[in-house]
Amino acid sequence: MTTHEVMTTVRRRGEVTLIDLVGDVNAQAELAMHEAWEEAIRDGPEAVVLNFEGAGYINSTGIALIVEMLASARKQKLPIRAYGLTDHYREIFEITRLADFLAINPDEDSAVTGAERSNT
Amino acid sequence: MTTLTGSFRRRFRGRAADVGRRFESATLAHRETVASDAPASDLPAVDLAPNDPLLVFLQSSSGAVEIDTLELDSPGLAEMKAAGVKLVVPLLSQGELIGVLNLGPRRSEQEYSTDDRKLLDKLAAQAAPALRVGQLVRQQEAEARTRERFEQELEVARLIQQNFLPKQLPDLAGWEIAALYRPAREVGGDFYDVIPLPDGQVGFVIGDVTDKGVPAALVMAATRSVLRASVQRLVDPAAVLERVNEHLCPDMPSKMFVTCLYGVLQPETGRFRFANAGHDLPYVKTAEGSVELRARGMPLGLMTGMVYEEKETVLAPGESLLLHSDGVVEAHDSDGKMFGFPRLKEAVAHYPGGGELIELVLADLREHTGPGAEQEDDITMLTLARSPGPVTDDDSARMRQLVEFDAPSAEGNERLALARVSSIVAPLGLSEPRLKRLETAVAEATMNAMEHGNGYRADLAVTLRVLTDAESVRVQITDHGGAVADQESEVPDLEAKLAGLQRPRGWGLFLIKNMVDEAHEFSDGHLHTLELVMRLGADVEDEPENQPKGRGNDHA
Repeated sequence: MTTHEVMTTVRRRGEVTLIDLVGDVNAQAELAMHEAWEEAIRDGPEAVVLNFEGAGYINSTGIALIVEMLASARKQKLPIRAYGLTDHYREIFEITRLADFLAINPDEDSAVTGAERSNT
Repeated sequence: MTTLTGSFRRRFRGRAADVGRRFESATLAHRETVASDAPASDLPAVDLAPNDPLLVFLQSSSGAVEIDTLELDSPGLAEMKAAGVKLVVPLLSQGELIGVLNLGPRRSEQEYSTDDRKLLDKLAAQAAPALRVGQLVRQQEAEARTRERFEQELEVARLIQQNFLPKQLPDLAGWEIAALYRPAREVGGDFYDVIPLPDGQVGFVIGDVTDKGVPAALVMAATRSVLRASVQRLVDPAAVLERVNEHLCPDMPSKMFVTCLYGVLQPETGRFRFANAGHDLPYVKTAEGSVELRARGMPLGLMTGMVYEEKETVLAPGESLLLHSDGVVEAHDSDGKMFGFPRLKEAVAHYPGGGELIELVLADLREHTGPGAEQEDDITMLTLARSPGPVTDDDSARMRQLVEFDAPSAEGNERLALARVSSIVAPLGLSEPRLKRLETAVAEATMNAMEHGNGYRADLAVTLRVLTDAESVRVQITDHGGAVADQESEVPDLEAKLAGLQRPRGWGLFLIKNMVDEAHEFSDGHLHTLELVMRLGADVEDEPENQPKGRGNDHA
């Protein structure tokens, strides 16, 4: 197993911004995730969706980075969703209660649709 | 007729290098008559230095020499004249000057006649070979006495050594204990000991004193006695070595010290705790090959205040441990090449354990050193071999170690630790979700150990051990954080974090505790260990109480 520094892309689907996370979500991902978050909220989307399909290893520091995103979203009353989590990380999101503040969807379409619905 | 009486007085002068040219100056009193009750009238003995010019002169002279007529810059000649020597007769054997007959004045006060000189020359010609034979005999006797004294000392050293070695080895059910002590001709300072301890535990010792012969044997005896006294009072191997070191230091002769490994075996479980005072690392034969057992510590008797690292392993059924002295690995072949650690490690990996291992290593050593080569140093080997045997109910309860490895303290290495532990644990039958949970716990614990325990110091590694028995798998993660027990005292509360009342971080210990069935922390004051436990067995997966804990804020 080798480490993979995270790569992020930010894209838009309608009023929803998606952040694709590819690689390890750990301490080394901090700068990339902060930059992606700033870019994602710059144009005032109605919701942000985190795509974990390409994410590998998520550790406690990575959890903290997601908490920071959640805190920022909460201040801006911006809904946030996630999809592409493995069963294991979905379980961790539940244990840490991240899942209470961030809706988890199985795929991109359901996440985007869910975000759009909740804003209508 | 001239009667020569008197005593031979010998003076040997010279350094060791001159021994082969020892010079004897025999002083003879010359009397014309001998009265049975008359005391011998001796001339004072004259001591001739090996480099005295007089010796060169006498070496080349053809017969008796009149001293008064000689003119030489010779201290010996001056001394002879002062002593009243009148005539000297060189004693030559095979062209070598081996002695001189010194004669004082004739009692008749007459000069020595030509006949006297002829008689003396004849006497010298016959006496010289006899004197040479006498010299050789004395020389051989002296050498024999030296040899005998040396052999006696060696015998004393051997007796001391052997007297302090165990007379018999314990008979432990399920174990084969075997030992070999083979002293070199010049006895070294090797020793070993097997000590019964309370609760059925057994202490194993192997050591080596610097130096050879009686001094080494005496230090060995002292070490062994202090060690035996210490193990009755102390339990931990590291504490035992610390105490032994404190006792030895004040009286240790200069330039001497003792390397020593002390370990305690719990025969029922195979648990072996040990500390090492600079001794050669033991090897464990495992299913995968052989591994070294490392624990740091300075040799005994060098300086006070030493602290010894304590480690432990579990000898699984079929595994064996070899304790050995440097006489094994440092044996040279005819080209000067050492037997070496790699070859011994290889031997442990491939040979059976116990007495057979010792025999096979000895055979390898014989092949390496060549036939008839004298053994250079003491050779000591002590093995503990656990019977493979069929798996019984008792065996199933025993813990065995699957792997031990170090992860250097550097960011990202927790992933390497995770991967290695996962590959070792995967065949044990944990379900995929539970294996993933263990992986996360191992990664978090390793990261904590590197960061909080070792401060990400490159010279401090985190040690990971994976152990298992029939019911569980345990991962022990050890750092140098001493008694630090809890690096994250704050219980993470997501509401508080989102409200800015808690920092976003601080999830590590929370995750660890919620990912595994049990987590235990312990510390010996120097090393801090976190043990993660996952129970094995299909039924475990379905039990509600074994689902991940802490779905909320009520778990620390």
